[in-house]
Amino acid sequence: MKDWEVVIGLEIHAQLATRSKIFSGAPTAYGAPPNSQACLVDLAYPGVLPVLNAEAVRMAVKFGLAIGARIGRRSIFARKNYFYPDLPKGYQISQYEDPIVGPGALEIFLDDGTSKRIGVTRAHLEEDAGKSLHEGLANATGIDLNRAGTPLLEIVSEPDMRSAKEAVAYMKKMHTLVRYLEICDGNMQEGSFRCDANVSVRPRGQQKFGTRAEIKNLNSFRFVEKAIQYEVARQIELIDGGGKVVQETRLYDSDKDETRSMRSKEEANDYRYFPDPDLLPIEVEDAFVDAVRATLPELPDQKAARFAADFQLSAYDAGVLSASRELGAYFESVAALAGAAHAKLAANWIMGELSSALNRDGLEITASRVSPQALAGLLARIVDDTISGKIAKEVFEAMWSEGTDADAIIAAKGLRQITDVAAIGAVIDAVIAANPKQTADYRAGKDKLFGFFVGQVMKATEGKANPAQLNDLLKEKLGGGA
Amino acid sequence: MSLTRQDVEKIAHLARLAITEQEMPVYVDSLSSIVAFVDQLSKADTGLVAPMAHPLAGQTQRLRPDEVTETDRHEKYQANAAAVQAGLYLVPRVIE
Amino acid sequence: MWHNRSIGELADSLGRGEISSVELVRHFLARIEALNPALNAVITLTAGPALAEAAVADRRRAAGESGPLLGIPLLHKDIFCTDGVRTSCGSRMLDNFVAPYDATVVANLRSAGAVMLGKANMDEFAMGSSNETSFYGPVRNPWDKDKVPGGSSGGSAAAVAARLAPFATGTDTGGSIRQPAALTGITGIKPTYGRVSRYGMIAFASSLDQAGVFACSAADAAIVLGAIAGFDPKDSTSVDLPVPDYRAALQAPLRGLRIGLLKEFADGLEARNAALIAAAVAVFRALGALTVEVSLPSLPLSVPTYYVVAPAECSSNLSRFDGVRFGHRCDSPRDLMDLYKRSRGEGFGAEVKRRIMTGTYVLSAGYFDAYYLKAQKVRQLITAEFRAAFERVDVLLGPTTPTPAFPIGAKIDDPVTMYLNDIYTIGANLAGLPALSAPCGFVDGLPMGMQLIGPHFAEARLLNAAHQFQLATDWHQKAAPGYAE
Ligand SMILES: [Mg+2]
Ligand SMILES: [Zn+2]
Repeated sequence: MKDWEVVIGLEIHAQLATRSKIFSGAPTAYGAPPNSQACLVDLAYPGVLPVLNAEAVRMAVKFGLAIGARIGRRSIFARKNYFYPDLPKGYQISQYEDPIVGPGALEIFLDDGTSKRIGVTRAHLEEDAGKSLHEGLANATGIDLNRAGTPLLEIVSEPDMRSAKEAVAYMKKMHTLVRYLEICDGNMQEGSFRCDANVSVRPRGQQKFGTRAEIKNLNSFRFVEKAIQYEVARQIELIDGGGKVVQETRLYDSDKDETRSMRSKEEANDYRYFPDPDLLPIEVEDAFVDAVRATLPELPDQKAARFAADFQLSAYDAGVLSASRELGAYFESVAALAGAAHAKLAANWIMGELSSALNRDGLEITASRVSPQALAGLLARIVDDTISGKIAKEVFEAMWSEGTDADAIIAAKGLRQITDVAAIGAVIDAVIAANPKQTADYRAGKDKLFGFFVGQVMKATEGKANPAQLNDLLKEKLGGGA
Repeated sequence: MSLTRQDVEKIAHLARLAITEQEMPVYVDSLSSIVAFVDQLSKADTGLVAPMAHPLAGQTQRLRPDEVTETDRHEKYQANAAAVQAGLYLVPRVIE
Repeated sequence: MWHNRSIGELADSLGRGEISSVELVRHFLARIEALNPALNAVITLTAGPALAEAAVADRRRAAGESGPLLGIPLLHKDIFCTDGVRTSCGSRMLDNFVAPYDATVVANLRSAGAVMLGKANMDEFAMGSSNETSFYGPVRNPWDKDKVPGGSSGGSAAAVAARLAPFATGTDTGGSIRQPAALTGITGIKPTYGRVSRYGMIAFASSLDQAGVFACSAADAAIVLGAIAGFDPKDSTSVDLPVPDYRAALQAPLRGLRIGLLKEFADGLEARNAALIAAAVAVFRALGALTVEVSLPSLPLSVPTYYVVAPAECSSNLSRFDGVRFGHRCDSPRDLMDLYKRSRGEGFGAEVKRRIMTGTYVLSAGYFDAYYLKAQKVRQLITAEFRAAFERVDVLLGPTTPTPAFPIGAKIDDPVTMYLNDIYTIGANLAGLPALSAPCGFVDGLPMGMQLIGPHFAEARLLNAAHQFQLATDWHQKAAPGYAE
């Protein structure tokens, strides 16, 4: 049984969040009635011509700067010629030689705590195609060209990934980045962010790459992972069985959890690329690049590093809390109110109670039912011993459902801790009096009964007794034993 | 150089053109003579000359402000289409 | 007769109220109805809208508005999209196509108050040099109905030559304005690439196509060019430069104008044709111009270069005609492939299919470098040689065509021979230069043209030179027998 090495490269298509299309003034909004957002240019009417959207260029340059790439100062649009119903002109305007974004890189962090640099070969501007629909049409396919002409940034990676996990980590990191840059809404259900995976295997140690298969249109992280896992197994089985992997385009069927050959795309893909004579070279001047650089936000890795340093968070926590600009902002406002000393407590609550509540109700952090101020208020009560961490969870649930603040709930439910020595002492005396046998046994040396007494007292105080005080008093009153 | 019938069939398929049996020999013939005619370019000494894609050197792409200027005119635009249903252009079923 | 008046004279008469635009339009509509059947120059007549637009023009004049084209009739080559009017591009593919918008050239003339009488016949998708590839049948030359008018803008040229309209629009990708202008004895100008918007002009070869004008004189052409030229934000290749007053520039004296005589154009030029060019040169010398011998060694490669670049671009430009959103769709397609192949196979004529296949071939894997890339390099050489020449001369002068109009059917089965008709005109398209053809005499009783080529954006200089020539000669005033009266 040979030891195989998996080689993966990803081509990510990110729809740029422009108002109008890349070469026309039609809107890009998702979900409009069929062809209501396809203008003469999008429909490839005879005589019409493309005019480039400035915002698409700005966004591409912004992305290039964010991954430390070389910006193509003079980039060219080319025609990729092929016939397909969702491609009205019979060619896609894309970039072939001289893309707008040259070589760059992205660092990914893996579960084992290590990190890895994934090369980005290039990123280029191109137009999206329309959509083919089959539902409710008797042996016909319906063409909706609303999506045709939506600006795309195609981000091509080097074949640097060695497992489905790495591929997913890279895709997630890219997804985080484009949303940080506000150049893509990242909506994968709507197809705003999707990817093609080039997968091959080779005996470990072999230099030469194996023949690759390209899996098209993976629009969820889970599908990327499952599709690659299936494809790797398929290729290894094929080769072990004496077969050969053929270079082809494959489609991932999420229902069957398998990939299958897309013959339709196979035949005659001689794209006859040539420079589009309707468009001139895009010149990107230094002043423009500098202006775009000035608009770059703090990037995910920078934010994570800052969190780790300023709040003494683990790399993992810092990574989670900087996964989106919104989450990072939420954490920072809670930490500011709670004080840097309690940032770790804030981090635990946001990654614990808060995120599970958000997941449960399917809410974004921006729609949280507990505001940063409210959460900070709750943390303050834990810090000043008004409530125990255990009670705090109960308070949080109430805050989440009732939308009121911690103090109100603590007061209303009388959840304040008992820190009055006399009061706790009285309860202890009552418990000792009520359990003479256990008391005797304990005093005779049965130390493990201590927990029994703690439980009884907590039961009697409904968990409100201050745990530390209870401990000391109980030891003192039981005496003997310990 | 001259083209074979197979060459012309391959080109016609790439270009999605139905060529009838009668037309085929005519195209094999005329395309061969055209290719032979343009073959004289190979004799030109172009050394390090850069290919020219556009007649006005120095012109660069003008950028359009990102504004929506188009409204829904699909009824007017679809008046030229042979097969439309519920706002969709129809083609024979494409299976994938 | 009104149809023998220049645009300037017609505008003056309209201004003085000697005739109304409605009457003028009726006059030309009547001529088209009477004379077009024998010529087949006009394939769509829009009499109703024309009379309505003429009435509007008359009201505008009555309201004190003026303007050199206000109320003047014209014909548009059927390659320009006209809102609500069938725009066929001379093809079965678009026989049923009603454009939902106006080309910029059409809109510009509309706002100048010019009145469209209809659409002119043309070679299918502008691919041809004889107007024989039109789905609507060949156009006949008013000077000899058995002869071609040239192409691809043959309908526009024949119509103006037959005085069916004071002027017409055309497009020139490899000579499609200048060659038919020469073969029908009128004046035609192809401006600098980017001078006139290509928006709404159905594309043949995007890096070569340019819209222009057919008229009976350089003076008339100057008026029309002034109206259609200018920057258009809808065309990325349109140039943002102010439009000079072409009309005012007509009067400049030619003293000291440096005219370059191309060695490559003189080589092998048929004697009678050479004699006409020599006579034209003598006229310019008499007007004070100087002549200089110049050579563009790569120019003889312009035709093969063109027949790689133009088909390559056309093969891609015409992919949008797939039977789905507009245009011809075959009956009951079996599947998608059948829909594409039969719709395109039936919708396109033989020459269009030939050029699509030529272009597909030169772009395809394994041939791209040897043909497309090589041709674009040779194009660069030719362009550089023109640039160098224009450092020594102001304009280049030579023949427009190798021969006068040839018989219908004579060359249609021999593409390469047909392509060689454009041997003198293609160079200007490859380099994006402005060029003009004006009548300079007759061979075998058929009109011949001389060609003036200038550096980028020198339209005013070309019109000025041609106008001064026309003040000194009367070739441009000769109309085909039966069409002057
Ligand atoms: Mg989207
Ligand atoms: Zn792509």
